[in-house]
Amino acid sequence: MSTNTSTEKSAIRKAYEWHEARLPLVNWLDHNLGTKYPVPRNLNYWWNFGAIAMFMLGVMIASGVFLAMNYTPHVSLAFDSVERIMRDVNYGWLIRYMHANGASFFFIAIYIHILRGMYYGSYKPPREVLWWMGILIYLVMMATGFLGYVLPWGQMSFWGATVITNLFSAIPWVGESIVTLLWGGFSVDNPTLNRFFALHFLLPFVIVALVFLHIWALHVPGANNPLGIDAAPSDKIPFFPYFVVKDVFGLGVFILIYFAVVFYAPNMLGHPDNYIKANPLVTPAHIVPEWYYLPFYAILRAIPDKLLGVIAMFGSILIMFVLPWLDKHPVRSANFRPVFRVFFAIWVVNAVMLGWCGSQPAEGIALILSRIGAFWYFAHLIIVLPLLSWLETPKPLPVSISQSVLKAAE
Amino acid sequence: MKKIILAAAAALALSVPAVPSSLWAASEIKIPEEKWSFNGVLGKFDRAQVQRGYQVYKDVCAACHGLQYVAFRNLADLGYNEAQIKTLAAGYEVDDGPNEEGEMFKRKAKASDRLPKPFPNEQAARAANGGAFPPDLSLITKARAGGPDYIFHLMMGYEDPPADVQMMPGLNYNKYFPGHQIAMSKQISDGLVTYADGAPNDAASISKDVSAFLHWAAEPKLEARHSTGLRVLLYTLMFTIVAYLFKRRLWKNIPH
Amino acid sequence: MANTAHGHAAAAAGETRRDFLLHTTVAMGVVGTGMMIWPLIHSMNPAADTLSLSTTEFNLSGLTEGQRITIVWRGKPVFVAHRTPKEIEEARAVNIAELRDPQTDESRVQKGKDQFLVIEGACTHLGCIPMGVKTTEPHGDFGGWFCPCHGSHYDTSGRIRKGPAPLNLHVPPYKFTTDTTVLIG
Repeated sequence: MSTNTSTEKSAIRKAYEWHEARLPLVNWLDHNLGTKYPVPRNLNYWWNFGAIAMFMLGVMIASGVFLAMNYTPHVSLAFDSVERIMRDVNYGWLIRYMHANGASFFFIAIYIHILRGMYYGSYKPPREVLWWMGILIYLVMMATGFLGYVLPWGQMSFWGATVITNLFSAIPWVGESIVTLLWGGFSVDNPTLNRFFALHFLLPFVIVALVFLHIWALHVPGANNPLGIDAAPSDKIPFFPYFVVKDVFGLGVFILIYFAVVFYAPNMLGHPDNYIKANPLVTPAHIVPEWYYLPFYAILRAIPDKLLGVIAMFGSILIMFVLPWLDKHPVRSANFRPVFRVFFAIWVVNAVMLGWCGSQPAEGIALILSRIGAFWYFAHLIIVLPLLSWLETPKPLPVSISQSVLKAAE
Repeated sequence: MKKIILAAAAALALSVPAVPSSLWAASEIKIPEEKWSFNGVLGKFDRAQVQRGYQVYKDVCAACHGLQYVAFRNLADLGYNEAQIKTLAAGYEVDDGPNEEGEMFKRKAKASDRLPKPFPNEQAARAANGGAFPPDLSLITKARAGGPDYIFHLMMGYEDPPADVQMMPGLNYNKYFPGHQIAMSKQISDGLVTYADGAPNDAASISKDVSAFLHWAAEPKLEARHSTGLRVLLYTLMFTIVAYLFKRRLWKNIPH
Repeated sequence: MANTAHGHAAAAAGETRRDFLLHTTVAMGVVGTGMMIWPLIHSMNPAADTLSLSTTEFNLSGLTEGQRITIVWRGKPVFVAHRTPKEIEEARAVNIAELRDPQTDESRVQKGKDQFLVIEGACTHLGCIPMGVKTTEPHGDFGGWFCPCHGSHYDTSGRIRKGPAPLNLHVPPYKFTTDTTVLIG
C-alpha cells in the first residue's frame, strides 16, 4: 500500500511540477501570501482588516453576481424585480441582505483599515504609493456603493441619485452638460438606471485590479508594524501559517457581527423610504445618504456656496493623497508621538461627529457643528500635522522589534 | 489591544438585537414598542393571529389598499392549505387575455395570481378617495419608521385634534402620523369584525392582528431568516472558537 | 531520562493537539464556505413564482377535426392536434418493433379522447420547434411534424420516424378537467 501511495504521489507531484514549470502559480502565491512572505511578528489585530476587507470584496462580488441574474435594470421593473428576489427567488432574501449589509461591513473594514494606517503612519516613506492605491480603492468603492444604492429604485435610490449627480452641476460652464451626460436625459431616468447597473457591475473588478496593485506596493517595502520602525529579517515570521490563521480568527469575529446584522437586523442600516418605489414627483422630507458617506455629506452642506461645498467634499478625500507630505514627522507610529496621538483621537471623534451632523437636517446645532467639524477636518490635516512634524518630540524608539517584543514578554 | 477588540465586538454583537429596526426610526413622534410573536432570535408569526389579520385586511383594508406583491399561493405561509387557497382565490376575478378572438377577459383568480388591486391605477385611486392615494400595503411595515409598531399605533392613534391645531378640510387628526393630519379616517373600532376562532375583537386586538399580518406581507421570509440565522451564527461561533484555539497554539512559542 | 521521555510525550501530545485544531479549522472552514455557496447556486433554480406558473388550461371546443394549434406551457410551445380517423388509423397501423422509440399510439393519448394528441413542441434532437401545425407547413414523410433544423420526421402520433432525433416528441402531464377543457402541467 505504501509503495502504491508513493508512486501515486509522485505522479501527482510530476504533474504539479510540469504545470508549475510553465505557470508558477503556487510559487507566486507562496511568495505573496505564503511561507516566503515575511511579515513583522508584532502586527496586532488592527492589521486583520486588510484581509477582512478583501474577504468582504469577495462576498460582494459573489452575492452581486447572483443578484444580477435576477435583477432587471428598468425603471418600471427594477423595484419589482428586487421584491421578487426577496420573495420568490430561492434564498434571494439572504443574498440581497448579505449584499446590502455587506456594503456597510465592507466600509466598516475599510475605515478601520484606513484609520489603522493613519495611526501607525503607514502612509509615510517608503509606502506613499501603497497609500495612494488605497485611496483609489476607497474612491472607487464610494462610487460603486453609490451606484449600487440606486439600483433597487426606491425613493432614496432615486433622490440620492438626483442629488449626487447634481453635484456636478456646480462645475462652472460645463456642469449642466456633464449632468445631462451622466443622466442620458433631462432627469434621472431609465438610461441613468441602465448605465448605473453596467458601471456597478464593472467597478468591483476595477477594485480587484487596484487591490492587486495595493498588495504589490505593500510587498515592495513590506508591512509596517505597530512600532513603526523598520523590521529586520529576524523580526519577521512567514505570513503562512502565522498571519493566515490570525486573519482567519479575526475574520470569524467580524463575520459573527456581520451575520448578526444580516439575520437579525437586516434593515437597521437602511432607510425605510427605500421600500417605497421611486416617485419622480415626490421628494422625501429628509434625504440622507448611506451612513458611510455621512461625514462628507456634512462637509458638503456645511458650506453655503454650491461650488465651494462640492470642492470641499471632494477635497476632503483628495487631500489624503498628499497626507505623506503634510505629516513629515520621521516617526511613524503614534505610540511614540504623544501629541499626535491626542490630535488623531480628536480628528476621529470629529469625523464621527460630522457623520452625525450628516444624518440630521441641515439646520440649528447640526449645521453649526458641521461647520466646526469641516473646519477642523481640514485644519488638522493642513495646519496641525505640518506643525507637529516640525515641533513634536517623539518618545525614544526601541532599537529593534525583537528587543521590544522580548522586553514585553518579560 | 486584543481585549479592546474582543470587548468591542462582544458589545456590538450584544447591542444588535437591542437597536431599533432602523437607525432612522428616531423621528419626533415617539412610537411605543409592542410585543410581537415575531420579535427575537427565534420569533415566528403567530399563525392564528396573521390569519385573523388577513381577514381584517380582506374585509376592511382591501377596499382601498392593494397588496400587490402578495400572491394567493403565499397565503400557504399563514397556514392555509391548497384547497383553501384555491377557494379563496376563486372568490376574485382577474383580468386575463387576450383570448383567441383578441379580447381581454375576466377569469377566476388562481393560486399563482397576485391579490387584485382595488384601483386600476393611482389616478383612479385618487379620484375615488378625494385626492388621497391609499398606498399599497405589501411593504408598509418596512417602508415606515417604527414598522408594525407604527401601523398598530396609527390604527389606534385617532383623537380629537388639540384646540390649537387648525385641521385641513377632509383630514383627520392622528397622534402618530407624521404631521398628525391623515386623509384616512378612523377605520378600526371594537367589534368591527368577528373572528371564527373567537379571539377578542376589540379595536386594539384587531389593529394588532392586522399589523402582524402586514408585517408578514412585508417580510414573508422572516421565519426562515431567524432559523437559518441561528444555525449560521452558532456554526460561525464554533468555527471562530476553534480558529482562536488553533491560533493560540500556533503562536505559543512566537514572541510577538 | 524520565524527564526527556516526558518532554517528548508532551511534545507529541502538543503536536496531536495542534494537528487536531488545524484539521478542525480547515474542515469547518471548507464546510462553512460550502454552506454559504449553496444558497448562491440554489438561487439559479426556478423561483417560487416560476414554479407556480406551471399549469396551463385550454378549451378544446373550438378545435375542429384535422386542426392543430400551438399553446404555451411553461414558456414553451405545446402542440394540440384534433386528429382525423385516418390519422389515428395511420398511427396505429405501425409495427411498434420497427420504431426507434417504441411506443403505442394508445399510450400517447388518453383513453376515450384518442382524437386529441397533446405533445411538447420541442424536437428531441436539439430543441427546435418542428413544423406541421399549419396545413401550409411541411408535415414530413409521415404526415405529422417535420423539424427543419436537422430534418427529423415525426408521425401523426408525434413519434420519431426518420432523422437524427432519438426520442418521440414528449407528452406533457395533462388531464381533462371537463369534457372539452384540458389542464397541462
